[in-house]
Amino acid sequence: MSYHSFLLEPISCHAWNKDRTQIAMCPNNHEVHIYKKEGSNWNKIHVLKEHNGQVTGIDWAPESNRIVTCGTDRNAYVWTLKGDAWKPTLVILRINRAARCVKWSPKENKFAVGSGSRLISVCYFEQDNDWWVCKHIKKPIRSTILCLDWHPNNVLLAAGSCDFKCRIFSAYIKEVEEKPAPTAWGSKMPFGEVMFESTGTAGWVHGVCFSDSGNRVAWASHDSTVAVAEGGKTAVLTSETLPLLCVTFITENSLVAAGHDCYPVLFVYDSNKAALSFGGKLDVPKQSAQKGMTARERFQNLDKKATTDSKEAVLESLHKNSISQISILNGGKARCAKFCTTGMDGGMAIWDVKTLESAMKDLKIV
Amino acid sequence: MSKNTVSDRFRKVDVDEYDENKFVDEEEGGENQLGPDEAEVDSLIRQYPSLFTRNLMGALQAVLKNPPINTKNQNVKDRAEGLVLKVLSSFKSTDIEKGVQSLDKNGVDLLMKYIYKGFEQPSENSSAVLLQWHEKALSAGGVGCIVRVLTARKTV
Repeated sequence: MSYHSFLLEPISCHAWNKDRTQIAMCPNNHEVHIYKKEGSNWNKIHVLKEHNGQVTGIDWAPESNRIVTCGTDRNAYVWTLKGDAWKPTLVILRINRAARCVKWSPKENKFAVGSGSRLISVCYFEQDNDWWVCKHIKKPIRSTILCLDWHPNNVLLAAGSCDFKCRIFSAYIKEVEEKPAPTAWGSKMPFGEVMFESTGTAGWVHGVCFSDSGNRVAWASHDSTVAVAEGGKTAVLTSETLPLLCVTFITENSLVAAGHDCYPVLFVYDSNKAALSFGGKLDVPKQSAQKGMTARERFQNLDKKATTDSKEAVLESLHKNSISQISILNGGKARCAKFCTTGMDGGMAIWDVKTLESAMKDLKIV
Repeated sequence: MSKNTVSDRFRKVDVDEYDENKFVDEEEGGENQLGPDEAEVDSLIRQYPSLFTRNLMGALQAVLKNPPINTKNQNVKDRAEGLVLKVLSSFKSTDIEKGVQSLDKNGVDLLMKYIYKGFEQPSENSSAVLLQWHEKALSAGGVGCIVRVLTARKTV
């Protein structure tokens, strides 16, 4: 487990390059900073300045090495590395509210942007005009789209929204791809078709994730629940913690989610029983020395805080503030070996699955 | 100072009503929800299965059945809340924890919803009783339980 504190401000969003040596992140302002790992230090090598509003989403395409960013200035830019510098290309999204999240599709020929305009812009490159164009998915979205994830077939897109629903849409663009084969979510996939709409959870959907096969979708909702849907059945787990903000599959049956409680949590999905269960809290607790309390301290505590507890109000988790994004470093969603979390405390933590498994007994990642 | 002679009647118009993109909750049939059965609950409160101990556990389970979540009838909701408050007040302080343990997860969530509803309209001594229940329900359901009370769009 390694933790690096980049800044004092929150990290709005981050993305890794293909070999995980560089990380692009937004330090809660209009810029994108790219850091490179050299030895044990992180050095800032590029600053991408083009947005006029806070950058809310970054995604780095591993194969084509392009970065797409979107921001509250209602724009998205596709950045390509020319020599030693990143050059932006504006993408007109035709939205009149802020963009909230962006994701490259698995084949990297399109990307989707979720926005506050109650629609998703699916953008693809038109060779003839040498320009990125976008198509909108509007119905039946009724509020801001907070999070997106692509299905491995490059066509289906899961979107979590502030209208309390997680939906799977078809983002099939006939100009750039062939007709997709039938999947577990349906066989007819015209553009904008709703293949699945969630039920059973209330609250804004903060994070959504497809499993590696694409047959399962998981989402984290603001009413402190996590749900997994597969083949018409939805398994919901109400949690006793504060709401979770981001979720990802690390194997086909295990999910890791993190949120306002500042530590990642493991959940296990049993497809036979269609049930989701709590797997364990993934954090390395600090071994704080137990000091004896003097009588004076005890009375002071009773007077000031009405409690005789000797526990101080200090967070014992690695992150000191809410975790807002989680990303897989290696192993993919099928056999993740390392994942990374960034949060509002300006820090980035890298978690090693094997180390976690051995450190916490009873933790089984199936 | 010049007097504003242009009509300002527009200021009394609620523009949000005319917004075509206004979010409207889905209508869900709530006409059949009548809330917990008053007669049943009353009889359970008065029941004495063994000497000197009333069947309050049974009353608790009964009063948490059939919550009037989807109904728009305010009377039904008020009546349900009154009943719940009656049952909660009849518990002895030492039995509250056992009462909470006898509920399942959904029951604890529902209990928390009623507790917060009770806080909204305090009557003499109701808040003290509700606070005791709140403490025990919190240790059973955690902060997630309170978050679900806050984020529920249709509540008791």
